Amino acid sequence: MENVVIAGSGPAGLTAAIYTARADMTPLVLEGPIPGGQLIVSNEVENYPGFTEPISGIELLEQFRKQAERFGSRFKSESVEKVKRRDDIFEVSTGSQTITTRSLIIATGAQARRLPIPTERKFYGKGVSGCATCDGAFFRDKEILVVGGGNTAMQDAVFLTRFASKVTIVHRRDYLRAAVIEIERAKKEPKIEWMIPRIVEEILGNDSVTGTILRNPQTNQEHRIQCDGIFVAIGHDPQTKIFNGLVKTDENGFIQVEAGSTRTSMPGVFACGDVRDLVYKQAVVAAGHGCMAAIDVKHYLERKG
Amino acid sequence: MLNTNLRHLETEEEVKEVLENNENVMLCCGRMGPMCIPVYDIMEQLEDKYSHVTFRDQDFDIPAADFIKSLPECSSFMGLPFTVYFKNGKVMVATASIQTKEQITEILDKEFGKSS
Repeated sequence: MENVVIAGSGPAGLTAAIYTARADMTPLVLEGPIPGGQLIVSNEVENYPGFTEPISGIELLEQFRKQAERFGSRFKSESVEKVKRRDDIFEVSTGSQTITTRSLIIATGAQARRLPIPTERKFYGKGVSGCATCDGAFFRDKEILVVGGGNTAMQDAVFLTRFASKVTIVHRRDYLRAAVIEIERAKKEPKIEWMIPRIVEEILGNDSVTGTILRNPQTNQEHRIQCDGIFVAIGHDPQTKIFNGLVKTDENGFIQVEAGSTRTSMPGVFACGDVRDLVYKQAVVAAGHGCMAAIDVKHYLERKG
Repeated sequence: MLNTNLRHLETEEEVKEVLENNENVMLCCGRMGPMCIPVYDIMEQLEDKYSHVTFRDQDFDIPAADFIKSLPECSSFMGLPFTVYFKNGKVMVATASIQTKEQITEILDKEFGKSS
């Protein structure tokens, strides 16, 4: 029987692992489908406190993980598929095994949103991508679009100028959510052009992407533009479907927690990171939530005796 | 270099040997990136269940990967990893970019038969 199982291995899950391990709870971390979560696609993280120079998402998470391992956290590269509660015990099924635990920390994070058009799936990997650092090199001297108005979109656009001959940022609103510093960097890049506000209505091509149809939502005018690739950075949705019925979520799937804590509607189950954060969505905030969850679990188990 | 528990194909000879001596082969060619790692993990999970399939991975940046990169079925690919399913050395299906467990098992079941 485990004291605590942590579902997810991003900043929230790994911080929870560090704190619960230091409290002698020997946590078991189920890493999930993408170990490290969404942060691993970040080419450069420059706002995580304690790092004076930019660090890649993967390197940052390696530091988290090593720190968690140092105190005795255990890791399994498996994902939670189902959770059942029997009395005060939780049965966590991963598909290959069932783990019993006295408490559960949900830190499964969020999943990148996809464009809601059928051709996006057809062309995924054939011109459409969700990872600039993975696939940018395929677009050397080509023209590409980056869809989105947040920090990731701005960073991706700047990063992709290393390869592409032209990068066009397309965003559905006439204002951007990204931080001013990120917007300014993108604005300084001579290879970057802007098409705002525009919505991607269709992706064109046969075997691979050759262009797109964009619509101006203010005038409803549509026009075609030529491009070889489309990088999608339009936000994330919480990965909480498997916990439906176990804990209360809001209409967008975010897990509801008691104010000022990580306690969910189910005693013994705690939520931290992007599964419960519809506002900030920052690694440092997720790490803070992970710390809170670990402390909440400790108090819960102490009360249970 | 790939840091996985799968067996790696590192030379052209190894690629040839695996395709000649195994009826059903799933080969995933990529890097240690966020789109590739989940596919390797799924292959590791499925390796025992699909004992009639040979699972291998390959570093995208070694010379032996030219074989996969030059397959006509991969000519339009612009997303890692490149995953190719071979039957008797012939390409049955090829996919680009990240795939879910459901997508992979669907292809394995259809092309090679369900797990025992």
